[in-house]
Amino acid sequence: MSTQVPEQESEAETEATETDLAETLPPAQQARMERKAEARADREQRAREEAEREASADENSYHLKVFRYDPEVEGKQEPRFDDFHVPFETGMTVLDALIHARDTFDSSLTFRHSCRQAICGSDAFFINGSQRLGCKTQLSELEEPVRVEPLPHAEVRKDLVVDMEHFYDQMEAVEPFFQTNELPDGELEEQRQSPENREKVKMSTRCIWCAACMSSCNIAAGDNEYLGPAAINKAYRFAMDEREGEDVKQHRLNIIEQEHGVWRCQTQFSCTEVCPKDIPLTEHIQELKREAVKSNLKFW
Amino acid sequence: MHEHDVIVVGAGGAGLRAAIAAQEEGADVAIVSKLHPVRSHTGAAEGGINAALREGDSWEDHAYDTMKGSDYLGDAPAVETLCKQSPNETIQLEHWGMAFSRDDDGRVSQRPFGGLSFPRTTYAGAETGHQLLHTMYEQVVKRGVTVYDEWYVTDLAVTDEERPEDRTCHGVVAYDISTGELSGFRANDGVILATGGPGQVYDHTTNAVSNTGDGVAMAYRAGVPMEDMEFIQFHPTSLPSTGVLISEGVRGEGGILYNAEGERFMFEYGYASNDGELASRDVVARAELSEVNAGRGIEDEYVHLDMRHLGEERIIDRLENILHLAEDFEGVDALEEPMPVKPGQHYAMGGIETDENGETCIAGLYAAGECACASVHGANRLGGNALPELIIFGKRAGQHAAGKDLGEAKVTTGQQGEYELGEVDSPVEPGAVDASGTDDAAADGGVRADASTADSEDVVDRAVEAERERVQALLDRDEGVQHAEIRSAVQESMTENVNVFREEAGLKQALRDIREARERYEDVFVNDPSRTFNTDLVQTIETRNVLDLAEAITLGALAREEFRGAHWRAEFQERNDEEWLKHTLLSWNDGTPELWYKPVILEGEEKRYEPKIRSY
Repeated sequence: MSTQVPEQESEAETEATETDLAETLPPAQQARMERKAEARADREQRAREEAEREASADENSYHLKVFRYDPEVEGKQEPRFDDFHVPFETGMTVLDALIHARDTFDSSLTFRHSCRQAICGSDAFFINGSQRLGCKTQLSELEEPVRVEPLPHAEVRKDLVVDMEHFYDQMEAVEPFFQTNELPDGELEEQRQSPENREKVKMSTRCIWCAACMSSCNIAAGDNEYLGPAAINKAYRFAMDEREGEDVKQHRLNIIEQEHGVWRCQTQFSCTEVCPKDIPLTEHIQELKREAVKSNLKFW
Repeated sequence: MHEHDVIVVGAGGAGLRAAIAAQEEGADVAIVSKLHPVRSHTGAAEGGINAALREGDSWEDHAYDTMKGSDYLGDAPAVETLCKQSPNETIQLEHWGMAFSRDDDGRVSQRPFGGLSFPRTTYAGAETGHQLLHTMYEQVVKRGVTVYDEWYVTDLAVTDEERPEDRTCHGVVAYDISTGELSGFRANDGVILATGGPGQVYDHTTNAVSNTGDGVAMAYRAGVPMEDMEFIQFHPTSLPSTGVLISEGVRGEGGILYNAEGERFMFEYGYASNDGELASRDVVARAELSEVNAGRGIEDEYVHLDMRHLGEERIIDRLENILHLAEDFEGVDALEEPMPVKPGQHYAMGGIETDENGETCIAGLYAAGECACASVHGANRLGGNALPELIIFGKRAGQHAAGKDLGEAKVTTGQQGEYELGEVDSPVEPGAVDASGTDDAAADGGVRADASTADSEDVVDRAVEAERERVQALLDRDEGVQHAEIRSAVQESMTENVNVFREEAGLKQALRDIREARERYEDVFVNDPSRTFNTDLVQTIETRNVLDLAEAITLGALAREEFRGAHWRAEFQERNDEEWLKHTLLSWNDGTPELWYKPVILEGEEKRYEPKIRSY
């Protein structure tokens, strides 16, 4: 399995976690957690049985296999897949199915989601073997059983929730903000931008930080310092904006040309394939490579 | 305990702008948000930003359109502030690099929107909110503002004086979603609520799942009135299956609405013979439902929005995002066929009562954006006026909280000056089931510190303790009702009874349903025992907030016996300026909502906005 579950922590780390828990959890609370875990296991069992019964009675249901893991709750520390049978309605997405499973069968099923219209970027999962947004993926387009897993190459916090810190750090490493030396004279004067230039950067501005690209990239999987497709695309968004001056552009090229920058990309197109906003990520990376070469040639 | 000068709760457009402004005034700022900032719902705004940027346009015209569009329930000082500052603030975004759509000469493009006398809606394709949210988050990163993401603020730390107007807010209590740790956040200068709208009160909404009205409910329970809550905007064009928004930009560019008979009903049935599809949102939403109710809807549910005649090039240039939404969520190729649309809950005109500096009646507590009511939208918000609201009042709240003198506000807050108490004929006793707050912390908003407590650290500590008890009580129960059941019962009742068309019997039914939900909430329990990313717990707390907001919306709607803007009543088909040119306010009074009114301010800086019949 490609998902990283931090179960093989070093001994020291495990001990520290246990001490923390013991210190902060009074015995009554621990007992409560255990009691609840038992009650919950019972309920889940019943819910699963119920789901199975419904599924056999109702041909119009979808079978989901959902990855489960919780570092704290007994019975969930060992990663597993839970089966859910969700009654199907036309237009139902994977996110709809997960919400139905959570609200009906098991309220501890955990995943991020918010806008359910492919703009907040919080519900990227590994669905039937590829990175997709849950809200944008129609159940009807998938083969059963539908496997829903957390994004590969990211640390799983719980169920489908992964740690995003590394992704955010890489995004921030490219100075992801507009920098210009020449502001127009008047407060109400725009820094004019040609429609053509706006068109050039348009696709790059559509990134919703869902991390699907990063998760699909073999290079990023092997090299933790690689900036990754999303961050390089962010650099592209500014480097190609004609309103930033030449000096800033050179500065940006220096950032993306570092050891773990654009040159690591091996043009496998996996990021481009999974991008839910159709951003030509691989092309953008290649274009930055060309820009970097051109700017280096100037000094020869 | 964490400590900062200014604490901003929420990281959408208003929160980010507030943080930037406070930081520019020299304050140490922290943002606390239950989502990562780029996940905020501002990113889903499509239409644009109204700003009088061009020759031939003026802020005065923008203000006039806004007052008229508000059906004269906007407060002129707030409206004029919005319209005057919008050009500068819009260009400020441009200076921060925001990818606006451009005209041939390189200037930012503008387009027509409903209810505007000039095409003054500045936009970035049909993804203006996404571009705005990311541009402002970039500025926050650039400035190194501290961001506590995935921290859920559950209560405010406010002193317990008798009158809310004498209280002070010293900070917030927040719950780290990823670890389950509950912490106090002390604010030396001020707390700014920027928590967005309450769309989850309804089951058919354009809003994100996270939009549960948390800030409004917290401020309400701390003593700040909720203002004009009955005014809920239903956007005329949401997709029937999901509620996903189809921007007004489609109609702005020339999109046409058809009924099942293929008639362009906005004109043919005379709903808005001058403006047609570009009438105000309340008008178009009512027209669509009237068609459906008259048997001229498609599948008895929706109407068609057609943009095919605009041509592929223009659609791709200005509305590309709409093609994706129609395809992904309705399976419709909008280049080839019309899109199904129906009204969906979209925006709350009402919210936390503030003045035009973003300040509430509680010292040190501010609110901005959709959670606040300044009030600029009155009874009906014009398309393209929400994004300027975020940036302008976000900025002002940030500046004021950080100590900048913005001059005295003309809008008053709290029960001071001219106000009258109101009555409402409720079929059930509204408010908390158990208001004592001691026996069952889950049912109440928590406990406030004693009036004698002067030390702000004590106030925050007390609030943390109260929240700890509340969370513990929720987690301790082994069985009971799950939040999802309670929430969906309320959502369905609200959509059934407190929608575009409202009548007394339905409103009373909704109040009974909300009461029943409150009683069931007494037995709410959290199934998931984990401290790691316990969304079950977060949603249970959110559901309590949904209940308070649903009740405020319904009570206000039942009390307002007239037809104004988005508020249509079967029994009252006329706008009644004699009696109802006033704001509805609800204050938390020992667990029961107290209803009162204050007059609307129609006096602008240089002129008075005389109410006129809105002839469409």
